[in-house]
Amino acid sequence: MTDRNAKTDKSGATGGPEKTGPKTMGHEWDGIEELDNPMPRWWLWSFYASIVFAIGYCIVYPAIPLARSATAGTFGWTSRGDLKADIEKVEAGRAEFMRTVATTPIEQIDPQSPLMRQAVEGGRAAFKVHCVQCHGSGAAGSKGYPNLNDDDWLWGGDRAAIRQTLVHGIRQPDDDKTRLSMMPAFGRDGILTADQIHDVVSHVRVIAGQDKADASARRGAPLFEANCAVCHGSDGKGLRQFGAPNLTDRIWLYGGDRDSVTATVTNARGGVMPAWGQRLDPATINMLTAYVHSLGGGE
Amino acid sequence: MAGHDDRTGGSGGLYVRRADIFPRAIDGFYRRLKWAIMAVTLTIYYVTPWLRWDRGAYAPDQAVLVDLANRRFYFFDIEIWPHEFYYVAGLLVMAGVGLFLVTSTVGRAWCGYACPQTVWTDLFLHIERAIDGDRNAQIRLRAAPLSAGKIAKRVLKHGIWLLIALLTGGAWVFYFADAPTLARDLLTGDAAVVAYSTVAVLAFTTYVLGGWMREQVCIYMCPWPRIQSAMLDERSLIVTYKDWRGEPRSRGMKKDAGAPTGDCVDCGACAAVCPTGIDIRDGAQFECITCALCIDACDDVMARIGRPRGLIDYATLEDCKAEAAGAPPVSIARTMLRPRTLLYFALWGVIGLAMMFALGNRTRMDLSVAHDRNPLWVQLSDGAIRNAYTIKLRNMESRPRDFVLTLDGLADGAMWESLGNEAESARTLRFSVAPDSVDQRRIYVRAGADGGAAEPFAFTLSAADGAHETDKAETRFDRPGDQP
Ligand code: SF4
Ligand code: SF4
Repeated sequence: MTDRNAKTDKSGATGGPEKTGPKTMGHEWDGIEELDNPMPRWWLWSFYASIVFAIGYCIVYPAIPLARSATAGTFGWTSRGDLKADIEKVEAGRAEFMRTVATTPIEQIDPQSPLMRQAVEGGRAAFKVHCVQCHGSGAAGSKGYPNLNDDDWLWGGDRAAIRQTLVHGIRQPDDDKTRLSMMPAFGRDGILTADQIHDVVSHVRVIAGQDKADASARRGAPLFEANCAVCHGSDGKGLRQFGAPNLTDRIWLYGGDRDSVTATVTNARGGVMPAWGQRLDPATINMLTAYVHSLGGGE
Repeated sequence: MAGHDDRTGGSGGLYVRRADIFPRAIDGFYRRLKWAIMAVTLTIYYVTPWLRWDRGAYAPDQAVLVDLANRRFYFFDIEIWPHEFYYVAGLLVMAGVGLFLVTSTVGRAWCGYACPQTVWTDLFLHIERAIDGDRNAQIRLRAAPLSAGKIAKRVLKHGIWLLIALLTGGAWVFYFADAPTLARDLLTGDAAVVAYSTVAVLAFTTYVLGGWMREQVCIYMCPWPRIQSAMLDERSLIVTYKDWRGEPRSRGMKKDAGAPTGDCVDCGACAAVCPTGIDIRDGAQFECITCALCIDACDDVMARIGRPRGLIDYATLEDCKAEAAGAPPVSIARTMLRPRTLLYFALWGVIGLAMMFALGNRTRMDLSVAHDRNPLWVQLSDGAIRNAYTIKLRNMESRPRDFVLTLDGLADGAMWESLGNEAESARTLRFSVAPDSVDQRRIYVRAGADGGAAEPFAFTLSAADGAHETDKAETRFDRPGDQP
C-alpha cells in the first residue's frame, strides 16, 4: 500500500470522508472511488433486449465467420444475393430502352425525342470509358486525335458516317470494312525532293489562306496537282471517301505551321482507331453515335 | 410534493424518483391569458391546413402547404422555391432576434405560454382535472386501491389523451399534402405509409410528453431554457416572490401579537398550482417556466386577506433591489421599453421589412447559365469560335410561360439550340416553359475569332407575355489565347 492509501485509511473511510454516500464498487485509485449507481431499469431492459435481438440476428442471418465461409442463416439471405437482385432489377428496367436503342437505326431517331436524349446520356457514359484516352474527356481531341466538337469531319459527320467509323474503326487491318486510305510518304519514299516538298508546302499554305503567293508557291501548284489533288482535290478541299482532310479550312489535325505540314508531306500521316464493333454491343455503339453527334459539330 | 427522501439506493443516491405533481386549478389574469393563447395557438395549428387558396390547375389549392415531393412551400400568396431558401434563413434570423427581444423583456415567456409542450401539457392537465377532480381529489385517487371506478376514470383519461394525441399527430401531416384528399386517404387506408407512421410517431410523442413526462421535458430534456436563461439580465421580467414583503411568514391569521410578520400567510397556494412543482418562495429557479399561475394564486390570497396584490409578481431583479430598499414599484411599461429591447425590436423590424420588400420585388422567373468548360471553345472550320452553355430557365408561376432569351453584348455573336439547329442561329431565342418547372437547355454561341480571349457578355431573359420581368446572367465567351 502506498502512503496515499494509508492516509485515506487514517481518515477512517473507504466511502469518502463521511459514510453517507451510496455504495461504492470497492475500487479506489488515488483516493478516487467509483460509486455503484444503479442503471435505470428501462436502460437495463433495453440492454437485455438488444442481447436477445443480437442472438436471434446471428441465427437468422449469415453472421459468424467460419474457416471457409460463414454461417448460412435460416433465411438464405446473402448480401451478394441482394446485390444480384438489385442489379437484375436495374437491368430489367433498362432492358426495354437498350433493346429499342440497339434495334432502331440511329439516324432515324428524332433528335428531340426522349429516346435520343437518353441515348446521348448513355453515350456520354460510354465515351468516358472507351474514348477519352484518345479524344479527351471533353471530346476536344489533341494533336493527331480529332476534335469531335468541331464541324470538320474527315470521314463524314452525320450519324450514319459516325456510326460507320465507330463500328469499323480507322485503318484496322482485321476489319474489312474499315476506313482505309494511305497517304504516301512523299519525302521518305523519294517521290518528291526536299525542294519540291518545300514548294508544295508553300502552295498548301497559300490555299489555306496562311501565306501570300510567292515564287515557291507558284512552283508548288503543278506539283500539288500532280501528286496531291487525286485525294485532296485540285482546290485542296479534301475528299471524305479517302478521309483526305480539307486543306483550306482552319482546322489542322497535325498542325498547320510550315514545319508540321512539311513533316506530314515527308513522312505521311495515318491515324488509327479501333473497330469498336468488335468490342461493344450495338446499343452502346448507337449511344456513342448519338453522343458524338450531339457534341455540336454533327451534320 | 413528495419529500426528497423518496430515493433509490438508500441514503441519498444520485437518482431521484419523480414526485407526482398535481397542480391545483386556479383562475386569474394570467390563467385567462394562458387560455387565450392556448385557444389561438391550437386553432392555428389545427385549422391552418384546411384553409383553401385558389392556385389554378397546376398546384394544390391549399393556403399553407409544404410540398416536399415537388420541393415547394406555399404560404397564402407566397410560393417559395428551394433556391429561395434565404427567406427561411431570414425567418430563422428573425426568430433568433425575436428570442433575444422576448427573453430580454419578459424572460421565459415562450416557455410559460406558447411552447407546444406547455400548451399540450396544460390541455392534458385540464382533462385530468375534469375527470379525476382537482388536486386533492387526484391525490386521494392515486392513494385509493384499484376499483372499477378508478379503472374507469383512468381508461377515460388516457383514452381522451390518446385521442387528442392522435388528432395532434393527424393535424401535422395535413401541412404536407392536400388536406381533404389526405384525410380521406387516411380514413380509407389509402394514405402513404410515411403518413401513417408520422401520425403514429407524433401521437405517441404527444401522449408521452404531454401526458406522462410533462414538466420533466422542460427540466431535463429541453435545451431552450439553458439558452434563454443565459440571455436574461438584471432588467428582464421574471416571476419573483418579494421576500422583503412576505417574510417572515405567518401561518393562518393567528399572528403573534407584537412579532413582525410579512404578507405571506404560508398557505402554500403558490406551490400547489405550480405545474413544475416548485415553490417560488425559494427564489428564482431554473425549473420555473414563468407561467405566472403562482401570481394568480397569491393575488387571490392577497385579495382575501385584504393586502395589495403582487406579493408574487413579474419583476426585474433591479426593481426588486430598489423595491426592497423602499422605492415604489416600477411600471411594467417602463421595464419593457428600454434601449436593449428597443434595439432588438428595431433590428427585428428591419429584417422583417427587408424580407417583405424582397418578397414583393422578387421575380417569378430565373435564368442561370453554366459555361461548358470542357472544351472551353471550339474552332470551326471557317475559323469562327463556338462556345457552349447550359442554361436553366425557371418558371415559378403556376401557368405555362413564354420567354425570350437575348444575347447581350458579343456584337458578332449568334446562338442556336443544340442538336443541329445551327441554321436557325439568331440573336434571340424563344422558349416555352411548363408551369412551376425548370427547363434545362444547351445553347451554342458562335462569334468571330477576333476579340478578347475571355469576352464578357450576358444572356438576358425576358417574359414574352408582356410582364416587365427580366433576368440577366453574366458569363463570358472564350477564344483561343492566353486566359486572363
Ligand atoms: S413558480 Fe410560478 S411561474 Fe414558475 S412555473 Fe411555478 S407556477 Fe409557474
Ligand atoms: S400563495 Fe402567497 S401567501 Fe400563499 S404561500 Fe404563496 S406566497 Fe405565501
